[in-house]
Amino acid sequence: MEKNNNIKKISFPHMGNYFYALKPLALLLADEVIMPPPITKKTIELGTKHSPESACIPFKYNLGNFIEALDLGANILVQSGGGCRFGYYGEVQENILKNLGYKFEFLKFVNDFSIIKISKYIKLNNPELSYFKIFKTILFSYLRVRLIDKIEAYLRMNIGFEVKNGDFERNLKLFLNELDKSKNILDLSKLKKKYLEILKNIPTKKPQNPIRVGIVGELYVLMEPFSNFNIEKELGRRGIEVHRFCSVSSILHDIFTFDSHTKSFLKHAAPYLKYHIGAHGTESVGLANKLRKQGFDGIIHVKPFGCMPEVNAMSALHRMAKEHNFPILYFSFDSQTSETGIKTRIEAFYDMLMMKKKRDTMQI
Amino acid sequence: MGKETKKIKIGLPRALHFYKYHISWEEFFERAGFELVVSPLTNQEILKKGVNLAVDESCLSLKIYLGHIDWLKDKVDYIFIPRIVSLHKKEEACTKFMSLNDIVRNTFPGLKIIEYTIDANKFRFEFFKILRTIFSLKHNPIRILQAYYYAKKKQSDYEKARIEEQTSKIKNKDPNKPMILVVSHPYTTYDSLLGKPITKFLESQGVDILYADIVDIKEALEQSKKISKDLYWTYNKELLGAIEIYKQYVDGIIFLMVFPCGPDALVINLCQNKIKDIPLSVITLDELSGEAGLKTRLESFVDILKIKKKKNGKK
Repeated sequence: MEKNNNIKKISFPHMGNYFYALKPLALLLADEVIMPPPITKKTIELGTKHSPESACIPFKYNLGNFIEALDLGANILVQSGGGCRFGYYGEVQENILKNLGYKFEFLKFVNDFSIIKISKYIKLNNPELSYFKIFKTILFSYLRVRLIDKIEAYLRMNIGFEVKNGDFERNLKLFLNELDKSKNILDLSKLKKKYLEILKNIPTKKPQNPIRVGIVGELYVLMEPFSNFNIEKELGRRGIEVHRFCSVSSILHDIFTFDSHTKSFLKHAAPYLKYHIGAHGTESVGLANKLRKQGFDGIIHVKPFGCMPEVNAMSALHRMAKEHNFPILYFSFDSQTSETGIKTRIEAFYDMLMMKKKRDTMQI
Repeated sequence: MGKETKKIKIGLPRALHFYKYHISWEEFFERAGFELVVSPLTNQEILKKGVNLAVDESCLSLKIYLGHIDWLKDKVDYIFIPRIVSLHKKEEACTKFMSLNDIVRNTFPGLKIIEYTIDANKFRFEFFKILRTIFSLKHNPIRILQAYYYAKKKQSDYEKARIEEQTSKIKNKDPNKPMILVVSHPYTTYDSLLGKPITKFLESQGVDILYADIVDIKEALEQSKKISKDLYWTYNKELLGAIEIYKQYVDGIIFLMVFPCGPDALVINLCQNKIKDIPLSVITLDELSGEAGLKTRLESFVDILKIKKKKNGKK
């Protein structure tokens, strides 16, 4: 009865810039998409206040996003999940928010990412839509994800070497703005051409053989720059080429191809792992070992405090680092972590890598 | 080679899933013709060793587990570590049980491990896996089959007996004594450093204790849906179901949680929000927990229950 009068306003948590990518898909379920305000100190304070204390940090960020979105008037919230504790976020968060007195509808996609099921679900909620339209939108969202990943990957590798400070970031913002306005797949391909061209023309001065660092670890803190205190930017500013392999498109690829990624990473992880150790732990170890063989200078491993699969992965990483004398820097993020501490540690890590590189080249 | 002269020694660390399955494991290995070595009750030395060996963010139970393996490693030929991915369809065990083997292998390079995977989502016949693993050590499939059968039987008999004991406890309960349900994983409840001192102390305060892990598992899994629909960790589901089953008999609930337990952190929060009619207390255990503070908390919790009971009695 009420539903006819009320406008459906949907919202979901931030993660990096992916909100822009999933917007069209969310629009199928509601009349309006409410974007939670960008993550700030306030978000995490709100989240921490109402979360169980030993919940991992993504839980707190998500909850903070939800509260801020609800305050803006959202009445449908979406949470997905799977793998580790992430699959159970939904129910606990719904409970906490209901206890706070908010009224809303909560949609959960747990451990279930098959396109057919999602589209059936959308059809159920919005019977006027045709399946063709639904599939088209899913494809459109997927391509948006791919595009964001492509642009960001280029950015990550070059941002440290820009001549004029802030060139890359300004263009990223412009790009996201235009992406938000894009209507169809054709627009996307035009955007891709345009911005790759622009980014390539930004003057950079890259040394011949820069320090290359791979960044592995838990998804959320990898992809949400606020939660990792802009670690990628911080590294870039010191002239380190940052490589990150985990992105939403890589996860989606994994889902569509029946975990082919995970299986291949398990091979790379030998002899440190024999079995899959849950969520992205296997990938962290496999990737670290692969990058070590490829001649990277070091690895940075990030995780929220108490992340189950990544803590499991750490014992393997410890052994690898010891056996091959390979530098790995571990970060564990919590709502209390201070930014200066992280900066100092990165600085020390950088100095160490530089010295190691110098020594290695001298020996040759 | 001296085939029959020397029995192969198998080590069972007294930690984690040992407390749940030890009856069947002990029976199985003894019947199959191995010599068993079980590590002693957890003591400060084992805990200290474990804390030094483990990644500092892993949970206390895992640290203790590594301590036990450290005690065993020079005394046995193999250590038995089953890898549990999932016990029922669409459910999972905590990721710690998935990665236990690899953690142990990385912490103690070169250690010999007997292992097999239990994953209900992929392959359901546990027996064939055991047969395949054990066969390389003992070429006698009939004996292994026999041992497996008797081990399973003994375990289920044991579980039934424990459930009966608990139900008789409920029936013969002293109406003046408060009854408390202790909700925690068996490896916390029965560990001599973690849960045992607490339950002992509670008993000395004149409290009857019910254990949430002693429960008919099938019924518990069914009942747990009343509290949480989406929960997919089997062990937590069993505990939630037990709360639902025993709720009507008890005056208070105590949750014991090791720090930092991933699943418990979320599940206990949900329980705190959903169970409003019974007083409950959450006790977090870590390697530093001081006894005095803990005792004060338990005492005051028991006092509250006693006062509440008196008031209700007067009415």
